[in-house]
Amino acid sequence: MLAYLIRRLFAAAVMLVVIIMVVFGIFFLVPKWAGVDIATSFVGKQADPAAVQAVREKLGLSDPIFIQVWEFFKGIFVGRTYSGGGDVTHCAAPCFGYSFRSEQAVWPVLTDRFPVTLGLALGAAVLWLVLGVAAGVLSALKRGSLWDRGAMVVALSGVSLPIYFTGLLALAIFSYGLKWIDGQYVPLSESVGGWFGGMILPWITLAFLYAAMYARITRATMLEILGEDYIRTARAKGLTEQVVIGKHAMRSTMTPILTMLGMDLGALIGGAILTETTFSLPGLGQAVLNAIKNQDLPIILGVTLITSVAVLIANLVVDVLYAVIDPRVRLS
Amino acid sequence: MTTQRTSGRRKQALAAAAVVAGLLTTAACGGGDSDGSKNGAAGFDAANNKVAQASLAKKGGTLKFGGAQDADSWDTTRGYYGFAWNFMRYYSRQLVTNKTSAGADGAKVTPDLATGLAKITDGGKTYTYTLRDGVTWEDGKPITSKDVKYGIERVWAQDVLSGGPTYLKDFLDPDGKYQGPYKDKSADHLGLKAIDTPDDKTIVFHLPKANADFEEVLALTSASPVRQDKDTKAKYTLHPFSSGPYKFASYSPGKDLTLVRNDAWKQSSDPVRKAYPDKITVKFFSNANDLDQRLINGDIDLDLNQTGMSPQGRTVALKQHKGNLDNPVSGYIRYAVFPQSVKPFDNVHCRNAVIYGADHVSLQTARGGPVAGGDIGTNMLPPSVPGAEGQKYDPFQIAGANKNGNAAKAKEELKACGKADGFSTTIAVRNNKPVEVATAQSLQASLAKVGIKAEIDQYDGSQTPGIIGSPSNVKKKGYGIIIMGWGPDFPTVQGFGLPLWDSKYISQSGNNNYALIKDKKIDGLFDQYVNTLDAGKKTEIATEINHKVMEGGYYLPFTFEKFINWRSDRLANVYTTDAYSGMYDFVNLGLKSSK
Amino acid sequence: MTELSKTGAAVSEPVGTSPAPTSFLEVRDLKVHFPTDDGLVKSVDGLSFKLEKGKTLGIVGESGSGKSVTSLGIMGLHTAGQYGRRKAQISGEIWLDGTELLSADPDHVRKLRGRQMAMIFQDPLSALHPYYTIGAQIVEAYRIHHKVDKKTARKRAIEMLDRVGIPQPDKRVDSYPHEFSGGMRQRAMIAMSLVNNPELLIADEPTTALDVTVQAQILDLMRDLQKEFGSAVIIITHDLGVVAELADDILVMYGGRCVERGPAEKVFYEPRHPYTWGLLGSMPRLDREQQERLIPVKGSPPSLINVPSGCAFNPRCPYADLPKDNITRTIRPELAEVSTRHWAACHLTQEQRERIWTEEIAPKL
Repeated sequence: MLAYLIRRLFAAAVMLVVIIMVVFGIFFLVPKWAGVDIATSFVGKQADPAAVQAVREKLGLSDPIFIQVWEFFKGIFVGRTYSGGGDVTHCAAPCFGYSFRSEQAVWPVLTDRFPVTLGLALGAAVLWLVLGVAAGVLSALKRGSLWDRGAMVVALSGVSLPIYFTGLLALAIFSYGLKWIDGQYVPLSESVGGWFGGMILPWITLAFLYAAMYARITRATMLEILGEDYIRTARAKGLTEQVVIGKHAMRSTMTPILTMLGMDLGALIGGAILTETTFSLPGLGQAVLNAIKNQDLPIILGVTLITSVAVLIANLVVDVLYAVIDPRVRLS
Repeated sequence: MTTQRTSGRRKQALAAAAVVAGLLTTAACGGGDSDGSKNGAAGFDAANNKVAQASLAKKGGTLKFGGAQDADSWDTTRGYYGFAWNFMRYYSRQLVTNKTSAGADGAKVTPDLATGLAKITDGGKTYTYTLRDGVTWEDGKPITSKDVKYGIERVWAQDVLSGGPTYLKDFLDPDGKYQGPYKDKSADHLGLKAIDTPDDKTIVFHLPKANADFEEVLALTSASPVRQDKDTKAKYTLHPFSSGPYKFASYSPGKDLTLVRNDAWKQSSDPVRKAYPDKITVKFFSNANDLDQRLINGDIDLDLNQTGMSPQGRTVALKQHKGNLDNPVSGYIRYAVFPQSVKPFDNVHCRNAVIYGADHVSLQTARGGPVAGGDIGTNMLPPSVPGAEGQKYDPFQIAGANKNGNAAKAKEELKACGKADGFSTTIAVRNNKPVEVATAQSLQASLAKVGIKAEIDQYDGSQTPGIIGSPSNVKKKGYGIIIMGWGPDFPTVQGFGLPLWDSKYISQSGNNNYALIKDKKIDGLFDQYVNTLDAGKKTEIATEINHKVMEGGYYLPFTFEKFINWRSDRLANVYTTDAYSGMYDFVNLGLKSSK
Repeated sequence: MTELSKTGAAVSEPVGTSPAPTSFLEVRDLKVHFPTDDGLVKSVDGLSFKLEKGKTLGIVGESGSGKSVTSLGIMGLHTAGQYGRRKAQISGEIWLDGTELLSADPDHVRKLRGRQMAMIFQDPLSALHPYYTIGAQIVEAYRIHHKVDKKTARKRAIEMLDRVGIPQPDKRVDSYPHEFSGGMRQRAMIAMSLVNNPELLIADEPTTALDVTVQAQILDLMRDLQKEFGSAVIIITHDLGVVAELADDILVMYGGRCVERGPAEKVFYEPRHPYTWGLLGSMPRLDREQQERLIPVKGSPPSLINVPSGCAFNPRCPYADLPKDNITRTIRPELAEVSTRHWAACHLTQEQRERIWTEEIAPKL
């Protein structure tokens, strides 16, 4: 188990370095191939040659990518020092650098925005897990019924409708129209009720999409499990139907669901870009979208790293969890 | 009550249905506000070039801005967005600034930190100001002439503080001899020779060459004082040290910004700012539709960006809340420009052929029509700039006889160009501006009718300066037609047209003279302009430069841009100003209630 | 087989609809039909038999003959947990120790399941829940019907595992099904079934998934356990060899109906139905040469939607043309007593069958 974990963590570290290199590559090499000098997009309308040159130096456009990646990781573990134009700044570890645009240190941006995204992802996950699994189980037990067909139509629409559509619809109805919910983000530290009010629509919107997927998966898995011999055995023992479904069938159904949940949460932690954009939630997804628009590499790198770490950890947790849930699985 | 609610809900259902139908319009709230009342909206265009509800402004309250975009920088030296300059007046003062009046009068310069306008001597090469008594920083210390000098010196530190306008540097030290305060070896870092500070109250500017717009440039926020011990260099944007009536309380880039009263500021020291509200908040939205809806709902008082509402919000607002809207001229001209390096646009007749061949009404429609898009542009000087003639000057009959295109005339010009059968070219357009793409398509369609085959190349809009700002790249890609827009940095022909039309401004990167105009007459007129101190004469020269540009056929203007801006019922003392291209003048906005 | 001849009363004549039987288990005219898109599948179509405590009934037939459906019908598992799907249509009577199960309260039947009647399934790997330990599954089975604490139940589970011959039961109780070998799993399954001392044990192909040596061990175990517990046992199999060792009586099913039934020795030594002959012919026997050994029943099992008219076996029967007037294809033969407590459903005359058996079939076996 320990050897397994060490091996996995090592692989994850290699993966992270590769991911960061790819981001650097996209940022620096692609414009170069397109024959565009990206430094000019950082100096405003009146391009001063000194400014362009300074930006080139600041962005490290002259350094090879390997050096830049090395500096980046060095900054995270031991900090790094920036100098340019007589301005020397030491950035203590964990140093993710400074935003090219707003000049703020990236690490506080990440730590400031992370709770928003985490709150969004976890809250939505609770909702979609409860709703999706309940709807899926009910559909499976009432297969072919009106409920089943109705639920699956709703689920299909949930899967196919984009967030910015359902999100705007939710806002239009509940926030602008009926005015039941304000729908503007309020930090949890300011007001619990306000936070809840700001998060409920994003939760519902995000949960709608995922609940739909989870309902479909739950239904299919449950139907498959209900056909298993060991379910018949459970009934043959004289177990009540509640125990047969709630214990024996659910235990097996939850395995793929938990795997999915782990992966989805991992991906969402990196930022639910569409949801955060639609609801103007100041989370990581909004930050990274803005950063991409503004070519703000340090923010992009920071969020990418967090996302990658989250996904890799989620993968690991899912694998370990799998071994816990399913005794047939061995970690090796 | 019950019935009303039911009908409201039914309305919601209808609105939801409209959304489902793909309109994605935000739901219409059933608010029946009575327009024109004291507590209600002032009426359509009530604040356009005039002051609305000035007497209703009360001290106190929280003024709420919302924005889809944060400033490029809140550092007075580095910001270049018009709304940022406008907003900076809350926390920064200048020697002189634009008048806080509506319309054209707002473009005039008035004393701020200085006791009066400049004493100009030495044939327009020396400007002397005296600072007022009682002007202070947010910690109560007095603002000195050295602080003003230091703030201006920061413009030279382009290697650290890039992004802002560099007029001050161009005017005071065109050869770039000074290295900026950070590389300044002198003990006080005040080594810039062009500025003298004989005492804490006096500041003297020595221009190597006279420039008639120097005082206009001093009115830009990039001439704000900065105190050396508070200069955090690149990070100054995160918390600029206030010299104005408000100071930074908190700022998270892209999230929110809160200003609170600067208690050290004294009304008696400031002839310009009224400082009505107690607090000013800005919230950033990543969804422009959401922002518009918040404006309509009254959660937000006005749009920080002042670029007009999005099409959906605009439609709803025009139908139901017209009294909250103003429809000012933005100062921007939207146009197509023809780089002479790309054949056959080296020939004026081929350029003229495009101008005649275009359907100008269709281009105006693509921009949003007469209300949201603006009047058909007939020449290249924005109506807010002195010397502009508006649609009265229309050498190509763009808004007149040829407004739907004149194919016969276009073919005539093609023949004169030696391309009787037409030619092929490429239209370059930013991919992140749907409206510009629409104009490109309109142009493509009308040009096809006269035999000009134009392909549209949508390039990465975030890379604009690197792509169309590089003349070699433009030539390589064969961009014969570039779709762009331009607004004045300050409302004079120099503030608008110098980077676009003067041959000295052609550069290999970040170029703005896309047409590559090398006209000795135009260069000469600009030289003459900067040496002219008489306002009437300046205006004449501006008119003449505009005529020369139009006669060259370098540009096809689309619109004199107009936009639709929202002001909430709560706002008082609202007016648009030419100083900031038709935006509301932020600094003196007041609220009707201090709540 | 010696016990069989002593009492010899496991099977009696076909019953009508008289109430309150005296037998421990009595099935009367059981019909289990499944509606499908293609039509009504008549998996069991009129089956009757009796079984006494301490006796073993072997139900034999090809797959699809209705034997498993019968056992699930007795257990009440066609109605429990049938969600949304078109439900099975069941008619007839199933009397267990004086209670008619089909008309009884489903929850009452549930309480009988696992307690009074238990079942052993064919493939113990798929029939045991992969995520729970063997012990937990046995404990669960015990605690449904006994209000005891977990410790007591666990002790009981270990005792049962020991009883079915699992070595180190106190350790193996915490193993998962996949950690057991096939034979061990089936022993565990048996332990689980017997944990509540059921009076009726139904074993559905208990050895099919196992290899030959293990099969023998399991059959030995079942025989021993039956002696010890004194339960009534139904063994369902397609393999006559299995029932040969265990059953007192044998019931041969074909196309959802009983075609021959009687004491095991009669069915083995004086079978009176051509289908039984076929089964006997396909039975592997260790004392025969490989190539002679298997005489499969030619053709495939009948469709249960469109059952052949007349005798359901007629398309595969080599003697279908012997009776007059083509009656094998028009009239369905009823069960008729061919000797004491031995019934067969065939249009051939007694003499014909005796002759064919002694002259044509028996010598080849």
